[in-house]
Amino acid sequence: MTVTAVRVRDVRVELDRTEILTRVGLEVTTGSWVTVIGPNGAGKSTLLRAIGGLVPYAGEIELFGTPLARLRRRERARLVATVPQDPVVPAGMTVLDYALLGRTPYIRPLASETATDLDVVGDVLDQLDLARFAGRRLESLSGGERQRVFLARALSQEAKLLLLDEPTTALDIGHQQEVLELVDRMRHQRGLTVLATMHDLSVAGEYAQHLVLLAAGAVVAAGVPREVLTEQLLAEHYRARVRVIEGGQGPLVVPVRGD
Amino acid sequence: MTTPRPVGEPARLRARWLAAGLLAVLVALVAGLALGPVRLSPVGVFIQVLDMIPGVHLHSGLTDREAAIVTQLRLPRVCLGLLVGAVLALAGGCYQGVFRNRLADPYLLGVAAGAGLGATIAIAWQHAFQLLPGVGGPGTPISVPFAAFAGALIAVALTYVLGAAGGNNRTPATLVLAGVAISAFLAAGQNYIQQRYVETILEVYSWILGRLTTAGWHDVRLLLPFAVVTGVVMLSQRRALDVMSVGDDEAESLGLHPARTRLILVVAASLATAAAVSVSGLIGFVGIIVPHTVRLMAGSSYRVVLPLSVLFGAAFLALADLGARTLAAPNEIPIGVVTAFFGAPFFIAIMRTSKRV
Repeated sequence: MTVTAVRVRDVRVELDRTEILTRVGLEVTTGSWVTVIGPNGAGKSTLLRAIGGLVPYAGEIELFGTPLARLRRRERARLVATVPQDPVVPAGMTVLDYALLGRTPYIRPLASETATDLDVVGDVLDQLDLARFAGRRLESLSGGERQRVFLARALSQEAKLLLLDEPTTALDIGHQQEVLELVDRMRHQRGLTVLATMHDLSVAGEYAQHLVLLAAGAVVAAGVPREVLTEQLLAEHYRARVRVIEGGQGPLVVPVRGD
Repeated sequence: MTTPRPVGEPARLRARWLAAGLLAVLVALVAGLALGPVRLSPVGVFIQVLDMIPGVHLHSGLTDREAAIVTQLRLPRVCLGLLVGAVLALAGGCYQGVFRNRLADPYLLGVAAGAGLGATIAIAWQHAFQLLPGVGGPGTPISVPFAAFAGALIAVALTYVLGAAGGNNRTPATLVLAGVAISAFLAAGQNYIQQRYVETILEVYSWILGRLTTAGWHDVRLLLPFAVVTGVVMLSQRRALDVMSVGDDEAESLGLHPARTRLILVVAASLATAAAVSVSGLIGFVGIIVPHTVRLMAGSSYRVVLPLSVLFGAAFLALADLGARTLAAPNEIPIGVVTAFFGAPFFIAIMRTSKRV
């Protein structure tokens, strides 16, 4: 039962002859939520892209026991779904059609959606309270609504692993909490594994069972939030002055101005 | 589990739009056959066409001479117009999808410049051109359609091969930029040859403005196989184009192979355009305006845009050709002038009344 959802070992990624990730390793237990934190440019997005199979890498990445390199494109897309940081909003596309794009790995190359595909997407839209938006154009929705639609497309992929790159950066705190609660509920209901990146450290610690602190392309700390969100680690790697105080759901990180 | 819920219907081609497209083609066909120096009854013309279907025997009431005008003179030209229009509009729609650029048209990657240079070389060669001392010269003609076709394909191939940044990073942007550069390069060659052989200018110019000839079924036979094969390929990718609309990265995470899809579509659309251009000249505006108009009216999914572009592109060009040969009869107006002159105001009107741009 305890198959590891993601196993990353000695992964290096080079983009434009610059080493973005240097020997990164991490493990994500099936059904858990792990969030990667780290300062800008640490390589968080690149790590997610490598695990999603979207960027060439050296080293080993396994998804649910299978080497990523051995998965065919469509197999991979049935196993892992990605919500990028800033998804493209296609002009004129309705919410329903957008969510249906998530069924691509199940639709044979020259065929179109079946009743099953429509059922799956219909269920997802219901669960995300989006059914009433089905016929609306994606551009006409607010930021919070859009984020739910992006999530709907990913859930329509029926992948067991969800990669969320900064899923809440564009949202106010109310909508941040709404989206993250929704992700957590889906994780429980559908038995998903979530690997996310996040900037808000308190929020990151409240939702994830484990945090991974990435700095300059390497993992510098990993563990339960209390072990990673320490004043010393954050001062060292973020160059930030913070106070960490105990909250109900985990440590809360409060920035403080220096003298 | 299977309770019906009001999630609505996914994008697909609605029957009424399909019917409208077919009706447009029919109207263009009958009008193109009935109107001209000799005016014929549309009903008679329609029956005459039905009569040509194997196994159908009807009496149209046209005289033998009138029937010959319909079937031998006008029908090949109308069919060529329908075919060229369908090809250009479909290719334009594909280019717009593949490059996620609403301003893309079938000439984007250098087809026009390549065909123009090819045609210019062929025309100049027929007059006075010597490629090298002792090679070519007056009286060794190469056919203009062949030269245009070859030039167009060479241009696109060059654009594709060279259009990669940093050696192998081929993106829509690098391809479009390479297309601009190749087009400019080839146009310079064309201008140079025209300057050297001034007597070719008129002929080249009339080729560039586009025209459909009344040369029997020859051009139709030339274009038809290309149109059918590439048309099937392009239409088969319509859902893939919808997936491509979220960008290469996301399309890849959805299990698509964006680079391969792009290559398939660029090859098919370029072949189709090169074949159309080689028989019709550079008819502008159809490839950009028809897919747009369809998108504004019927929806932006490529599952709607591509098939309707075929039908409305065919009808539009056949009607434009009707205008080209009747508006200033007995003279012909270049068809490229007609497509832009009537197409542009029509498009503006559609855009201004549409809610979805």
